[in-house]
Amino acid sequence: MSDTPSLRTPSQRIAWTATIAISTLVFIFLIAPILAIMPLSFSSGSYLTYPLPGLSLRWYDDFISSPRWMNSLKNSMIIGVASTVVSMVLGTLAALGLAQWKSRFKPLVLAFVLSPVVVPGVITAVGLYFFFAPIGLTGSYLGLILAHTALATPFVVITVGATLQSFDTNLARAAASLGASPLQAFRRVILPLILPGIASGALFAFATSFDEVVIVLFMAGPEQRTLPREMFSGIRENISPTITAAAVILTTVSVILLATLEGLRRRNERLKGSSA
Amino acid sequence: MTDALLTGADASTEVPLKRRLRRAERTRQVKALALVAPLLVFLLFTFAGPIAGMLWRAVDDREVRQALPKTVAALANWDGKDLPDEKAYAALASDILSARGAGTIAIAAKRLNYALNGFRTILTGTARHLKTAPEPDTAKETLGKINPAWRERTTWTTIKDAGGPVTGFYLLAALDLTRNVDGAIVSAPPDQAIYREIFARTFLISLGVTVLCLILGFPVAYLLATLPPRRSNLLMIFVLLPFWTSLLVRTCAWIVLLQSKGVVNDSLHWLGIIDEPLRLIYNRFGVCVAMTHVLLPFMILPLYSSMKAISPAYMRAAASLGAPPLTAFLRIYLPQTLPGIGAGGLLVFILALGYYITPALVGGAADQMISYFIALYTTETANWGLASALGAVLLLATILLALVYGKLVQGQQVTGGMKN
Repeated sequence: MSDTPSLRTPSQRIAWTATIAISTLVFIFLIAPILAIMPLSFSSGSYLTYPLPGLSLRWYDDFISSPRWMNSLKNSMIIGVASTVVSMVLGTLAALGLAQWKSRFKPLVLAFVLSPVVVPGVITAVGLYFFFAPIGLTGSYLGLILAHTALATPFVVITVGATLQSFDTNLARAAASLGASPLQAFRRVILPLILPGIASGALFAFATSFDEVVIVLFMAGPEQRTLPREMFSGIRENISPTITAAAVILTTVSVILLATLEGLRRRNERLKGSSA
Repeated sequence: MTDALLTGADASTEVPLKRRLRRAERTRQVKALALVAPLLVFLLFTFAGPIAGMLWRAVDDREVRQALPKTVAALANWDGKDLPDEKAYAALASDILSARGAGTIAIAAKRLNYALNGFRTILTGTARHLKTAPEPDTAKETLGKINPAWRERTTWTTIKDAGGPVTGFYLLAALDLTRNVDGAIVSAPPDQAIYREIFARTFLISLGVTVLCLILGFPVAYLLATLPPRRSNLLMIFVLLPFWTSLLVRTCAWIVLLQSKGVVNDSLHWLGIIDEPLRLIYNRFGVCVAMTHVLLPFMILPLYSSMKAISPAYMRAAASLGAPPLTAFLRIYLPQTLPGIGAGGLLVFILALGYYITPALVGGAADQMISYFIALYTTETANWGLASALGAVLLLATILLALVYGKLVQGQQVTGGMKN
């Protein structure tokens, strides 16, 4: 297979060149802002302009020695990990159930389960604010974990559901016919096969919670402020280089998540390729 | 297990087997539902319940009823054509005295002031001047003396309208409508009519961002779908990395780039294109650029998956039948990408409608979208009824669009090519 589609006429060649040119500009548009902010965090000066006066790690030092930023990082991790775990359990169970369930209400239930992704964040946040305040769940870790779990679970349902679609149910039958109990069949046959789906669902769940800020704005007390929440007020007031350091840390987390996901996808494709 | 049993049941007669099959299937369905149930219960508590509660607040109207119960009761049978009778005045005077004692007068005054500007002054002023209950049959006269507003019909219809327990007041207000003194629905006075404009602005910005995303996303999706997988997978990183990068990081990056001493202005100045820094941020331009950047991957990915499914054989067939490339593109290729365009466009539009963070950070006062006002009325001014009503309108628009989206991506991947 050649690298470019077969181009016969000059006009096709022009169109193809134009596609490449425009795409290159769009790629620059997409990636340049993220790249541009990174070097600024290593600046020795306190202005966010190029050229950099010199290189230093003082803003990272500032980040690490600031209780406010470190506390927000800690909160992001606590809330992210907890809501990931809960959404993995709830989402995987639901995906397994939905794969077997036959009913004309199924599209409706599926739409309901996926709706937290589509409903504007402000609406969910306002609803939760009214709902959780009287029962003491605003300004608490538990409230934020519950809210983030609701937002993150649809991604687990989607990814696990997608894995189950390509899952051969005969394998479960085979396990049963060989005398495995349903639990054994799940643990030793089904679970290993859908694990990549669960893992990528977990990555989405964590990323969702780690990046979420609207609900945190409404519901977090000073004790529960997360990293994006801290960045939000930082950007509002005055962008300091410490914020760019926080941005680099957040971006590093995203890259790690993305790389893990890509690894999972490749592994999955390899497995599919070998079974075909 | 049941499956194993079933294979061993061949020997039995047909009817019990059928029945057993049905029973086994029923058990399976109950088990399946039991697996979904925990999530459904969870979402009921953390998502559906709260949103239902918000919708309820959009029509809930009990503040005046709680503060002025006798007045509301006395006005129940009032036809609203003339001033109410002496009984209603006496009830109001008695309500005001007890509400002042209970401290609920301010809550009622706040609610009534939403409906009629200046009502707060009327009510609190009256409460201040009314020392004791008026003598029998003098309530009308006494109240009218304290504030002439009590001699006007509007004052009383406002109380009657706010008597609850449910109201369409907030929903009407969210659409710049109000009830006049005769109870007919009319346009709100111009100084209070701001929400239609805000909704129009929200739609306009969302539409603009959607169109920008389509224009920028289409060639990229085409390139990614056309290149061999080895190369397109590599280029896909340019789409996925921003997609995974925190929204706050991206918004922050745009501020750094576009501010008056930012990278873009500096470069343009250095190149000699401009003398004065351009105003690129804290305005509509900044909002559109940053939102397009955030939402572009949501356009590219569904477009990509719809283009990936188009066989190149179609274009070759069109060419072999003598279609010029442009004709072949317009009549063969483009129509096949329409589901992708629809899905991507709707997705971007839906997400843009509810946007809050980016406009809040890079927009000026005239660029705030509906979400901003919902947040403002919830946390700052505590006008929860109006916040909920605006939320209800936004939710309705989102649900309608999501239904169309659902129809469009039916049969395609559930994710619409999103994130996976």
